[in-house]
Amino acid sequence: MKLRSLVAIAALASAVTACAQEKDDSTAPSSSSAPAASSPVLTSPSPADTGAASAAPSDSSAALPASCTKDSLATRTKGTLTVGTDKPAYDPWFAKDDPSNGQGYESAVAYAVADRLGFAKTDVKWIVAPFNSVATPGRKKFDVDINQVSITDERKKVVDFSSGYYDVAQAVIARKDSPIAGATTVAQLKSAKLGGQIGTTSYQTLTDVVKPTHKVAAYRTNDIAKAALKNGQIDGLAVDLPTAFYITAAEIPDAKIVGQFPAESGGEQFGMVLEKGSALTSCVTAAVDSLRTDGTLADLQSQWLAKTVGAPVFGE
Amino acid sequence: MSEAYTPSARQLERERYRRARSRRSTAVAALTTLVLLAVVVALVTSAPGWPPFRESFLSAHYAKEALPDVLRGLWLNLRLMVVCEVCILALGLTLAVMRTLRGPVAFPLRLFAAVYTDLFRGIPLLLVLLLLGLGVPALRLTGVTDSVVFWGGAALVLTYSAYVAEVFRAGIESVHPSQRAAARSLGLSYGQSMRHVVLPQAVRRVVPPLLNDLVSLQKDSGLVSILGATDAIQAAAIITGRSFNFTPYMVAGLVFVALTIPMTRLTDYVAARSGGLPVHGNVL
Repeated sequence: MKLRSLVAIAALASAVTACAQEKDDSTAPSSSSAPAASSPVLTSPSPADTGAASAAPSDSSAALPASCTKDSLATRTKGTLTVGTDKPAYDPWFAKDDPSNGQGYESAVAYAVADRLGFAKTDVKWIVAPFNSVATPGRKKFDVDINQVSITDERKKVVDFSSGYYDVAQAVIARKDSPIAGATTVAQLKSAKLGGQIGTTSYQTLTDVVKPTHKVAAYRTNDIAKAALKNGQIDGLAVDLPTAFYITAAEIPDAKIVGQFPAESGGEQFGMVLEKGSALTSCVTAAVDSLRTDGTLADLQSQWLAKTVGAPVFGE
Repeated sequence: MSEAYTPSARQLERERYRRARSRRSTAVAALTTLVLLAVVVALVTSAPGWPPFRESFLSAHYAKEALPDVLRGLWLNLRLMVVCEVCILALGLTLAVMRTLRGPVAFPLRLFAAVYTDLFRGIPLLLVLLLLGLGVPALRLTGVTDSVVFWGGAALVLTYSAYVAEVFRAGIESVHPSQRAAARSLGLSYGQSMRHVVLPQAVRRVVPPLLNDLVSLQKDSGLVSILGATDAIQAAAIITGRSFNFTPYMVAGLVFVALTIPMTRLTDYVAARSGGLPVHGNVL
């Protein structure tokens, strides 16, 4: 009677699909507006000394379409902008693992975007959005997610991106006594044991650009990757440049930035993630664009990511 | 049934009737199964999110890309599983024997075994993995490897041995005391009676739960990936992380199931052969 098991399997399958149709409260009907596909190349931030340039409301929402206002935006909760990010929220993108304090570059950018769209600071609600919840198709629990997600065409098939709010470079950090501490070219990294975090372009850079002889160690969290680097279980760790500066300055003092990878053509940018076909995409993109045009992004970068210049660039 | 036997007309009638009934019940079972499957398929494919779901979870392109990587990762799972299982059986049996020793002299050994099983059954495997995989290398001991696969394997062995020790102990204690008494009265020493009389019966009785633990170990071997070693699931996660496509996970899942089904069949076969426990009913 093997059929009995088939019946059981079918019943199980039906139970699973029944459970999968999770009801999400207050789902905004998402009109399928085409995402604004604009990704202008940014100029690198000039380390302008703007002192305490906070993300104060700047009333220059003139650049935004009239439909991009708090009351006309079809957000998950009317009048509230729900922003997702993963936990822990790492420096220098966030501060003290608290995205809602407005400190750290991405927190500041999120509040600046909200401000452009007419949301007050109190109208912004933060929720924890693990990486996998950002990567799945279908309904999201957040309006936008800001979590150092690089914009790629492959990912655009599944989610919408705002325009880029940060031009990112990838770097390799190592302990000062590591065999690759003095490496100046990509070729010199080939024989090293390297590691990176899953889902990051840092990891992709190792496998696609460096192509080391040892298998690249893949870590689920940066914390374990950092511990492995400290222990000497890997010779070098690939992270984005601001993170590299932060780790070597504050977290692992006996580590240094070995170098950064030369930027590819078109460059790599972090973008905010939205549900595929979200009605908000064009407005969020317009907000990011206006923040770029009026120099707010550059100001916030010099405030929170000031130390991202001076890392040597790897030769071929 | 002897050869001279010829079934009576009534017996033939009876057999015909039984065959007809069994055909009918098979047909009914097949029908309900098919109907249920059809309903499930209809429900899933008519969901508003079905096209993007299919693209994200059932994409042939990504399945093709993921399969070689997933299989390479699975090779790590398999190696870990085989090597760890051997160590686990040895350590688990040792602990069980220690814990069933008699007499006040052996108290420290009994105590050690009891504390060990309590401790390692209590600590979540993930913590043991992190403590060994990141903690030991942090000590920078000379001559001690800091291979994450080695320490990950060690964590699996330590944790699973505690479970397996309890399984063995249950087996040992299920052997009737008269067996031991008979062995001793024949002049066998304690060790000999354990080795030749008690343990063979004990082990035979606990083969099914042991294989249960083996199947479980096969899946848990993937937890080593938290330390940075790439197993089948992690190989899938890497592609998913890059592409936002979840098909690689489905591929990894199928590969694991494909591995577990033969294992389960083997489990049933061994259990049936071992004669320790009669297998009632059918294997499904």
